[in-house]
This record gives sequence, structure tokens and C-alpha cells, in this order.
Amino acid sequence: MSTSLIDNGVNVEALLGAREALAAAPEAAQFHWRARCEWVNGTHSRTTVHDFSGLGAEHTHRERFTFEGDHPEVFASEDHGATPAEIVLAALASCLTAGIAAVATNRGVQLRSVTCTVEADHDVRGILGADPDVRNGFNGVLVHYTIDADASREDIEAIVAQSQKRSAVYDILTNPTAVTVDVN
Amino acid sequence: MRYTTTVVVGAGHCGLAMSRCLAERSVDHVVLERAAVANAWRTQRWDSLRLLTPNWMTRLPGFAYRGDDPDGYLGAPEVVRLLEDYAAKCAAPVLTDTTVTAVQPDGHGYVVRTDRGSWRARTVVVATGATEVAAVPTRLSEQVPAVVTAMTALDYRNPDQLPRGGVLVVGASASGIQIADELRRSGRPVTLAVGEHVRMPRTYRGRDVLWWMDASGLLDERYDDVPDLVRARNLPSMQLIGSPQRATVDLNTLRRLGVRVVGRFAGVRDGMAQFSGSLANVCALADLKLGRLLDSIDAWADGAGVDAEWPERFAPTAPTATVPLSMRLNEIETIVWATGFRPNVSWLQAGVFDRKGRIVHDGGVTASPGLYLMGWPFLRRRKSTLIDGAAADARELADHLVGHLDTLARRRAS
Repeated sequence: MSTSLIDNGVNVEALLGAREALAAAPEAAQFHWRARCEWVNGTHSRTTVHDFSGLGAEHTHRERFTFEGDHPEVFASEDHGATPAEIVLAALASCLTAGIAAVATNRGVQLRSVTCTVEADHDVRGILGADPDVRNGFNGVLVHYTIDADASREDIEAIVAQSQKRSAVYDILTNPTAVTVDVN
Repeated sequence: MRYTTTVVVGAGHCGLAMSRCLAERSVDHVVLERAAVANAWRTQRWDSLRLLTPNWMTRLPGFAYRGDDPDGYLGAPEVVRLLEDYAAKCAAPVLTDTTVTAVQPDGHGYVVRTDRGSWRARTVVVATGATEVAAVPTRLSEQVPAVVTAMTALDYRNPDQLPRGGVLVVGASASGIQIADELRRSGRPVTLAVGEHVRMPRTYRGRDVLWWMDASGLLDERYDDVPDLVRARNLPSMQLIGSPQRATVDLNTLRRLGVRVVGRFAGVRDGMAQFSGSLANVCALADLKLGRLLDSIDAWADGAGVDAEWPERFAPTAPTATVPLSMRLNEIETIVWATGFRPNVSWLQAGVFDRKGRIVHDGGVTASPGLYLMGWPFLRRRKSTLIDGAAADARELADHLVGHLDTLARRRAS
């Protein structure tokens, strides 16, 4: 397999180097992510991410990124941004797609286009407290990829499967995570 | 204090194969065994268990199966008898009922302490196996209430041992699928929690799938040739069962039998066992991996001109519309941890461990001169954990060991 002619814009050598280095230095592999959120008005809030720590140091993004969260007008809100549930779908899609690019590059597969749709079924009686038997979260999430690449269908399916296997957000959504919320 | 050139710890197939190779090289040695030859096969196997490898593959240095059922699979008592016969035929110097309590480097060799006195040896071969204790994930098992009967694949014997009522089998490798199959056939409601697994048909194109893997050289693939050795060494065991019917047991057959197949067991919350939503992907990974294996077998068969039935492809692992993500713990009377095994080498007091407590080795050769390992996953080749893998590993490690003894001798001479 030759990777020399492949360019998906992913620096696989750096990733493989990091894998080797961090396997031997687990302390440096501990990252800490932060987001800050402020209520604006109604259901509208604004979340920013800027700084995080990892590799034994503090880091900042190149700029401060902002996410507007709100509810749509059918929920009697002003729709200043995506619903938080939709932001979760965006996070899953971004995570899996980044993984596809990395895995494809590592396997010497040139990507030409990668698109996906992410859909979730959601019974909102849960969050409204209208039916105690309905959960608050999604009933399920369906991701559908369309990929044009120099590879067989089986190879493309294997890349997508491997991306799920190594995805942070896929893991966060499919497995329980302890969440602690407190108040100052 | 007694003296020998080499102490082999453990008289299973690995220790006996090594003993034979040492004898062939005129290396004075002793095999220390805590109980009896083939102890794990006497005490740690469920009643119905048969070898996963067919009889013709039951090969050891100086031994090949010559019985009338080459395609069958030996049961545990037959494996015990075979290894006893092999030890006798080789006149292996086995000391039974001798438990090693410590192995310490000492000068140009080792001191081996046992409950029956100590030995000094120039070299030591650890052949106690990589499956001595059940690897139960503590973080999970601590969450399961004590009212649920817990056992591991090493404790399990037969369905009669379990209370009536529902069973959760955690893990879908060879042990997990076999136990789930047997418990379901006993009439119990069985839920099988499935993480990453290796799907494998028992037969392919009319032959045992291991015939293909053996003949095509796949099982001989070496540890220094495989692209990702860490992954290869951590692969779960193949979903195989040795049965007179040469049956395939996989998630599809288990579902048809009425086993409820769910995702990886992820934790307990509010009296509910929770399962990962990743089942579809681990099934897709296993199906794709099986497809690649069959492609490589077909390509090899074409090139080698093997006379066999036509290639076939197996139905994908059927997705079910509603995979439960949780179940009430009070539906479960018994939980069976089929989550793998690990070695127990707590008696080894040499600086050969990594920060996770695993022995660092290069194909069974440790950094402590004269200390060797046998029988671990992908130790030197893909088949290192199979009985059939012991011969080649033992020969090569015995050669290395003799080379080390020669070095010591030259050093003393100069």
C-alpha cells in the first residue's frame, strides 16, 4: 500500500507518531476539554470554546468558537440557533467524518467526496414530562454516508466501521457517561 | 537447593513441548507442575467443551494424531489422556504437586522457589499459559448486586449448576457463544452482551475453516511480520465450537435459538443493566473482517489449485430492529463473565513487566537473559495459543535458549 500519492489533508504520520509517543506517556495523553455557556434569553444560550489542556500544557484554539443554542418557533421560541439535540448530531457527524478521512489516509485511500446525513427520532413527550415512560433522549440515530473514493465498497464500509470504532462522540452516545452537575 | 540447567514452569502442552525440545538438545531440565499434567484441562473446563482445533491439528514435537477421527474434536478428558501419554512417551521429567512460589534472577541464572524446596537454574521457561485466571472487568462486576449469581467461563461446568431463570452472558468469543448456546438449550432466557468479536464459520468450502488457515499459511504468520502486533495479540478468540456435527455457532444461529443479542455490557444504573448502542458496528466490523478472510482464502485456493467446493459468503449478521439497550437486573439470576482470561505470573520477580503489569517479550524472549515465555497470544506466530502452535515456538525458543547457554559457557571460559 502506498500512501505517498494520497492527500486527504490528514497528517497521518503525526497521528501515528502521537499514538506511539502517548502509548509510552499516558500522563501526556490526558486532555481536558472545556466549554462555557451563558444564558441569553428565553431558551437561547451561547456557548464558547477556547482553551483546553493536554500534552501536559494549556492550549487555546486559534480563535474563540461560538455556538448559539435555541429552540425553533414551533416550540414557541425565537430560533436563534440549532437545538442542543441537533448540535449533538453535528458533533457525531463531524467526529465520524474526521475519522473517515484519517482512516482512509492511513489505508492509502484517496477520498473525492464524503457526505452524510444524520437523523434522529425523538419523542418529545419525554422532555415535556407528558409521559413518564418516554425517555428524554433520542430513540435512535441513523447516519447515512455517501462516499466517492478510490476503493471497493467493502473497503469503504470497513473505513466507516473503523471510524465508528475510534470515534469519541460515537462512544459518548452509545455508552453511558457519568455526568455530574453542581451549582456554585 | 537442587540444580538443573532449565526449569520449565507448567506441564501443559507448552511445557511438555518445550521439555521434548530441550531433551532433543540434551539440555538437563525439570518441569514443575503445581498439580498434575494438563491441570487446566482437568479443573478449568466445562463438561461439554471440546478443542476448537480438529484432531489432525493436534500435533506436538514428535507426535501427530493417528486415530480414526481426524476431523473430530477432542473433549477435555481426551486432551488430558493425550498429554499424559505424551509426557510418558517423552519421559518428560515432570515434578507434579510442586507449586512455584517465586522465580528470582540470581547471578547468571535464577532461583526458583517452590512449596517443595528450591532450585537453581541457568534458564527458566514460563509455560503456565495466558488463560490461568478469568479477566473480569472489576469496574463492571462491582456494579452487579450480590443477589445475582456470578461465575466466569472458568467456573462454569454445565446448566444444572445455575439457578433457574435468566442468564446474562457477557462476551461473545468462543467461551461466551458456547455457554450462551448451551444455556439457551437448557430452556433459560439468555441475553448475550456482545462487544468486538471474531466471527468464524466452522467449515468453509467443505473443509474445516482451520484447514484453510493452516494450509494457506495464515496460522504461521510471524509476530515480526504482522503489521499491528498489539492489535493481533489482543484479538478476541474466534467464535468457534468443536462439536461432532461441526456446527457453526454465531450471533445469527444464537438469535434463531432465542438468545437475546445486545451490545457490550456498559454498566448498571437504577437497577438496570445498560448495553452499548454499538452492536450494529461491532457486527459490521466482524462481518467485514470475515469477508476479507474468505477473500484471502479464495485467492490462495485459486493460486494453489485446491480442489474444494465453490466459494460461499455467509449472511450478514442480521440487524434486529429493536435491540434493547437495558434490562432490569431482576430478570437476571446469573451473570456469566466470558470476558477473556489473563496469565497469573505473580511469582515472577524479574524486571520484565511494563507499567500495566504485562511481561515485555520479543517472541517469547524476555529482557532478562535466560527467561522465556510460551503459549501467549501471537507469541511468535498466529497459532501460538493453539496446541499446534507449541511445536514451532518451542523449537525456536529452545534454540535461543541453547545459544544463551553457549554464551554463558564462553563467558565462563574466557
